[in-house]
Amino acid sequence: MCLAIPAKVLEVSGSRARVDFGGGVTREINISLLERVEVGDYVIVHAGFAIQLLDREEAEKTLKLWEEVLEAEGLG
Amino acid sequence: MFRFRDRAMAEKILEGIRRLKIGSLRLMHVCGTHQDTLVRFGLDSLLRGVGVEVRQGPGCPVCVTTNREYLEAAVLARKGKTIATFGDASRVPCNGGSLLDLRAEGCDIRVVYSVEDALKLAVEKRLETVFLAVGFETTAPSTASVLLTEPPENFTVLTCHRYIPPAVRAILEMGEIRLHGLIEPGHVSTIIGVKPYISLSKDFHIPQVVAGFEPLDLLMAVYMIARQVAEGRAEVENEYKRSVRFEGNPKALKILEEVFEPYALKWRGFPEIQASGMRLKRAFQKYDARLRYEDELAEVREAEPPEARGCRCGEILRGLINPWDCPLFARVCTPRTPIGPCMVSIEGTCNIEYKYRHGKRV
Amino acid sequence: MVIPFFVVVRVDRITMGHGAGGSLTLQLVKNHVLKALGGSPFEVPLEALDDAAVVDGIVLKSDSHTVKPLFFPGGDIGRLAVSGTVNDIAVIGAEPVALAAGMVLEEGLPLLDFERILESMRATCLEAGVWIVTGDTKVVEKGSLGGMIINTSGIGRRGEALEHNLKVVRRFRPDFRARWLLDSNLKPGDKIIVSGTMGDHGVALLSFREGYGFGYELKSDVAPINRLTGMLLAEVGGIVAMKDPTRGGLATSLNEWAEKSGVGILIREEAIPIREGVRAACEMLGLDPLEIGNEGKAVIGVVPEKAEEVLEALRSHPQGREAQIIGEATSRFEGVIVETQVGGRRPLPPPLGDPIPRIC
Repeated sequence: MCLAIPAKVLEVSGSRARVDFGGGVTREINISLLERVEVGDYVIVHAGFAIQLLDREEAEKTLKLWEEVLEAEGLG
Repeated sequence: MFRFRDRAMAEKILEGIRRLKIGSLRLMHVCGTHQDTLVRFGLDSLLRGVGVEVRQGPGCPVCVTTNREYLEAAVLARKGKTIATFGDASRVPCNGGSLLDLRAEGCDIRVVYSVEDALKLAVEKRLETVFLAVGFETTAPSTASVLLTEPPENFTVLTCHRYIPPAVRAILEMGEIRLHGLIEPGHVSTIIGVKPYISLSKDFHIPQVVAGFEPLDLLMAVYMIARQVAEGRAEVENEYKRSVRFEGNPKALKILEEVFEPYALKWRGFPEIQASGMRLKRAFQKYDARLRYEDELAEVREAEPPEARGCRCGEILRGLINPWDCPLFARVCTPRTPIGPCMVSIEGTCNIEYKYRHGKRV
Repeated sequence: MVIPFFVVVRVDRITMGHGAGGSLTLQLVKNHVLKALGGSPFEVPLEALDDAAVVDGIVLKSDSHTVKPLFFPGGDIGRLAVSGTVNDIAVIGAEPVALAAGMVLEEGLPLLDFERILESMRATCLEAGVWIVTGDTKVVEKGSLGGMIINTSGIGRRGEALEHNLKVVRRFRPDFRARWLLDSNLKPGDKIIVSGTMGDHGVALLSFREGYGFGYELKSDVAPINRLTGMLLAEVGGIVAMKDPTRGGLATSLNEWAEKSGVGILIREEAIPIREGVRAACEMLGLDPLEIGNEGKAVIGVVPEKAEEVLEALRSHPQGREAQIIGEATSRFEGVIVETQVGGRRPLPPPLGDPIPRIC
């Protein structure tokens, strides 16, 4: 539905945070839609607002999960 | 670590779909950004190779916003208000030309990346600013969050926000189109969670998968639907676990419910859909541009501008026909001379079809 | 009584889109400018709509610069004005010699800013080995000019480097008759090379002007490239076409080649060099880096036999470190097609107008 991309949290101050979208592209965003955000977290950002904390373990697991699912199909 | 674009894995997933041997599948998604991923990475050509056709439903906020809502913004622009709009909505033609065209007539139209940029126009530049608030549950919480900070009087919102689940239900209820499965939008679901889709699978016995926006996310979502079809299941599965929790984002939902309430609203190409529009609650009506500028907008309320003659965007938006089935497509209706929303919006089915294929198969 | 609001007589007007270097600009030029001003008898006339014209052996180009703000990360309007015209003359195969600069200043422009811009123009001329020999300066009342606009016109001449290059081309393509590096010279099999990363200038400007508040790592690549192209023509050769992908980016340049040479062009997305920061900014704003302008890059069409040598020479030059072979011309289809990272294929159409950020 909407364009949102991951970013790494560099600084947090109140309802604001500075995040890095990659390659030195940093920007200040609003984090009032999230309970708690800490430096080093990854968030998903849409139109200047963080809309969720990205689950890093889940991300790392995703590829492995897909391998397992496809292995079950004999495509390992 | 959030990029999933590996070619070898893509081939493995496609082979996985082929091995399920379930014949041809017609799926629908309701998301402009899914449509972009499908076409930008050439997934639609890859999926056709394994018998899967993916159609776009009413998924881009710009497409489903009605002529009347754009006309309201155009009227306010012509009467000297500063209109702040997302880039997507700035090009939609509406009788007197698109909002961007109005700049040529001296209107103050500002393309913004965030509702906060619109607020800055009102706070720092003291302009009488009207924010054209298009978008679904992903975008509406940011509008609500700004209104909760009690912005100044010269900032109002022309809200066109909409809820997605009622529209998906409307399509299934109309039953006009035979669908084998639904790909649900990953970022709307990041806010609303997986729960709201469960009743759809139960009531209409249709598989659904919440999908992310990397190419492998989409391919995997198609695989998961194909597997459900092969096993005769009709459940909601979550492919985008790294961003979508079962309960979504409770804090954002609370903020949304504090500021907006559902009401029956017309979507372009649809009859009125119950509880599908977002209206400002009483406590926030001082920010409602439709109330603040009731007199200026009176002329718009009566004059519901008709759709252009021959325009079949409604059927495209409901996934009934493909762009090349529409008589205007690529002849009268092109990106440079768009007639209906499906050609105008950069996320529109016809715009993407015309731009990326000029009607010829790649 | 309700005034039927929607009965509005549509007066066609110039819009911002007409100036963006995409298909709207092309339509304006073809339907209006050419009709009025076309028909000259010269070797490369207006109708060719190539990077420059050729009149009795003299290469001629003119370019106006209206960039806002005047100063941006990586450059300013002065460097942009000199580089733009120098690069257009260089990519048709000529050696830029001298420029004329027509400057329109807005009442209230700080003299200090004007001096900084003139200094930048001097330094860029030195870098390119050209002189500004004439011009004109006017002042207009304070308004929407944004401080200053510059038009630079330039002349170039035919040089030894181009003769050497064409001789090498004819070694592999005996029937090659063209005297300049025109958009219509490409043949199926020719390789497509970019001299460096795409999208740097456009994204740096967009993020700085629209106030997206990106960090300053995003810099414009604005620079004269005539020394780089001159070296390639003199020392390697085999080049049939060149362009500097400015407004409308790589997508516009490749589509012009495909249309004027009557070839298809296949490029591989994975091979196209794009800075991580430019990629991130484009994904955030919903833009395609292939449609974003560059001001210090060349896209080069070369006979297949000399592609590797041209690549090696590029990479040995400071302005060509990140050069890549990104694809080739073909007769299998029309237009430009991209083979994506996951193996799918999509056409790459010419952009309509300026890229506009989106959220959906």
